[in-house]
Amino acid sequence: MKNVNITIDNTPLVVKEGTTIMEAAEALGIKIPRLCFHPDLSIEGACRICIVEVEGARNYVPSCATKVHEGMNIKTNSPEIRQARRDLLELILDNHPQSCQTCERDGNCELQNLAYTLGVRERHFEGKRKKYPVESSSPSVIRNAEKCILCRRCVRVCSEIQGIHNLSQLNRGFNTVVAPAHEGPMADSVCIACGQCINVCPVASFMEKPSTEPVWKALADPDTFVIAQIAPSIRAAIGEGFNLPVGTPCTGKTVTALRRLGFDAVFDTNFGADLTIIEEANEFLERVKSGENLPLLTSCSPGWVKFMEHFYPEMIPHASSCRSPMTMLSALLKTYYAEKEDIDPKKIFVVGVMPCTAKKFEIERPEHQSPEGYPLTDAVLTTREAVWMIKAYGIDFVNLPDDEFDAPLGFSSGAADIFGTTGGVMEAALRTAAEKLTGKPLEKIEFTQVRAVDGLKEATLEIAGMKINVAVTNGLQNAKTILEKVKKGKKQYHLIELMACPGGCIAGGGQPYPPDGSYVLDKEVMKKRARALYTIDESKKIRKSHDNPYIKKLYEEYLGEPGGEKAHHLLHTTYAPKEPRGIK
Amino acid sequence: MNTVKKMKYTIEKDILKFIDECLKKEHPESYLISILHKVQGRYGYLTEQHMNEVAQRLQVPTSTVSGVATFYHFFRLKPQGKFAVSVCLGTACFVKGADKVLEAFKSELGIDMGETTSDGLFSVELSRCLGVCALAPVVTINDKVYSKVTVKKVPELISQVRAEAKAAAEKE
Repeated sequence: MKNVNITIDNTPLVVKEGTTIMEAAEALGIKIPRLCFHPDLSIEGACRICIVEVEGARNYVPSCATKVHEGMNIKTNSPEIRQARRDLLELILDNHPQSCQTCERDGNCELQNLAYTLGVRERHFEGKRKKYPVESSSPSVIRNAEKCILCRRCVRVCSEIQGIHNLSQLNRGFNTVVAPAHEGPMADSVCIACGQCINVCPVASFMEKPSTEPVWKALADPDTFVIAQIAPSIRAAIGEGFNLPVGTPCTGKTVTALRRLGFDAVFDTNFGADLTIIEEANEFLERVKSGENLPLLTSCSPGWVKFMEHFYPEMIPHASSCRSPMTMLSALLKTYYAEKEDIDPKKIFVVGVMPCTAKKFEIERPEHQSPEGYPLTDAVLTTREAVWMIKAYGIDFVNLPDDEFDAPLGFSSGAADIFGTTGGVMEAALRTAAEKLTGKPLEKIEFTQVRAVDGLKEATLEIAGMKINVAVTNGLQNAKTILEKVKKGKKQYHLIELMACPGGCIAGGGQPYPPDGSYVLDKEVMKKRARALYTIDESKKIRKSHDNPYIKKLYEEYLGEPGGEKAHHLLHTTYAPKEPRGIK
Repeated sequence: MNTVKKMKYTIEKDILKFIDECLKKEHPESYLISILHKVQGRYGYLTEQHMNEVAQRLQVPTSTVSGVATFYHFFRLKPQGKFAVSVCLGTACFVKGADKVLEAFKSELGIDMGETTSDGLFSVELSRCLGVCALAPVVTINDKVYSKVTVKKVPELISQVRAEAKAAAEKE
C-alpha cells in the first residue's frame, strides 16, 4: 500500500494510504476526543465530537470518518476547533437530563468524562428534553430513552457483532428513539439479553435490571440462608472495579468480600462447570456412538440459548440438554446440599454473581423452577452490581485477605476456571472426552488450538483414531456463520462451543466498565482477563473435571450415573422455539 | 415436540408473490419501500402484523422495517378515516389562514394530526400546495376539493359530510 505524507499539529508524518485522521493522530500519541466512535463497529460519524481542521477544507471534518490524503495539513487543537467541539457537546448535553448525581453511571459516564475533558464548565442552553418512560419489561436489560444521545453504538453492536438486529432508530428528527421494532417492550422482542448494548452505551440509556435490593434484604433476614456462587470470569475481572490492574486474579478476595457482606456460604459456579463437563462429555460420547444429532452444541450461555430459540429453533435437537453450570449448582444447593445440611430449601436464597445479564433472564425461565414452584436461583448480580455492593458496604476489597470457598461445592478443577473465556468450555470438554475415548491419561492437557479471542475458530483433532471436527464461536454473528455451515452439511462437525458475548463470558454484558486507557470490548483487556483464568488453571493440581474428587463423591453419594435418571432430572433441561422469530 | 411454527401470512397472495420476485433480484432489501407502498396501498395503512410479515418474507430485520415505516411521513401506522380531511398549508393557503382552519378541524373533531375519530369517519392531515392557490385556503376531503374554507365553515362542512355518510349508509 502507498505511503502518504501528512502533517498533524505541525509534525510531519508518514502513514499508510487509507488511514483515517483519527488513527494517524493516535500514531502520534494524540487521542482525538470522540463519542460515537467504536473501533470494532462501523463508522457512524453521528456525534461530530472528533472534528479536526484540515487546511483547504470548507468545514471541519470528522476525523473518524475521514481518510488522509497526500499533503494533508491537520490541526487537532486550534482554539476554534476546541470551541466548536465544546459547542457540539453542549448541544448534546442540552437534551440530556441533568441528573448525574443520581445516575447509575455517575463517574463512569463517557459523556460526563468528555464534558470534563473538553472543558464544559457552564451550561449555556436549556434545550428541550426528551420524555420517555423507562422500559423495564425485560428481566435483564432496562431501556431509558431519555438519556439516549443517539450515538447508535447499541444499534451497531446488536446488529454487527451479535447479528440480532433487535434495536433500530425509529421515527425522525427530535422524536428519534432507539428501540425494538414498533417501540415494543424488550421482553417481547428478539432481544437475547446479552447486555452488550449496556456495555457499549456511553451513558446510561441501557442498564442491567438491578437485583441488589432483594439481595440486601435476604442478607439482612436471619431466617434466610443466603448462598453466593461466583462464575469463573468474575475472579478475572472484579478487581478492575477496584482499580486493580486488568487481569488480576481475585478469587480469594471475592470469597472474603462476599462473606463480609453476610453470605452464609460461598460456593463456586466452577463446581457446576465441572459437573457440566461430566454430563456434556457423556452426552457427546453417546452422540458420537450413535451418530445422532451431531454436532453437539454447548448450552452454558443463556444468551446463545435464547438466540437459538428465536433464530435457529431447527437446531434445538443439537443443543446439549445440560443446564448451565450456575443452574446445575443451584439445583444441587436446594436438594443435595439442603438435605446434607438439613436446611429447608425454601429458606435458601441462592445468589449467582455473574458476568452476564442474560443469567437474570435464565433464572426466570419456567424450566429452572423447582417442582414445588420456587426458583432454583433467586437472584443474579452482575459483576458491576457485586462491585457496587462491596463498595456500598465499605469493604476495602484491595486489602482483603484471601479465603477459600465452602466445601464441598466449592472445589473445582482447572478445567472449570477456563469456562469463562471463549474456547474454555471446548478445552474442558476435550480434556474429559479425549480421556474417555482413548481410555488413557492425556499426554498434554492443553488444547491450545481452540484458544483464541478470535470470533470463530475451527480445528480438527485426532482422538482415538477418530477425526473430531470442532468449532468455537463467540459473538452471535459468528454463531450464524457456523450454523449456516452446519446446515449446508459439507463438513461433519462434532462439537461446537457457542458463547453469546464477544470473547466469551469474560467480556459479558455485566462485566466492569473498561478502565482508563482501554475501551469496551478491547481485545487487550479480554486477553488479560483470559490469561488470568489460564493462570489459575495452570496453578491447580487437578485440571480435568472428571478428576475432581468431590464430583466423583457427588455421583457416588447422590446422582448415580452421568446421564442417569437423577442426573437428568436435576441437571438437564429442555428448549422450545420462541416468538418473535429472528431474521437470519 | 419442538415443531417450528410456520408464519401465517395475512398479506394477500399477489403482494407475497411480489416480495418473492424481489427476493430473486440483487439486494432484495432495497425493495422494502416499494413493498411497504404496496401493502399500504392495499390496506390503507401499515399494521404491526403486516410489517412483521414483510420482515419475515423479505428476511429484513423487523426493527429495520419499523424504522423505515416510522421515518417516512408517507407511511401511515394508523387507519385513515373514511373521510380523509387534508388541509393545504402551502404558502398561499397559509397566508389566508389555513393554519386556523386546520386547528378548527382538529378541535371540532377532537383529534390530532394523523389521527382518526373513534367512529372511524374522519382523519386529519396536511398537504402542501395543490396548485389552486386562487381558491385558498383549500381543503380536500377524499377526492373532493373545497375552496375558500374559513374557520366558520368547518362545523358546517363536517355535518354535511356526516349527513352524506348517513344517507349513503341508509341506502345500502
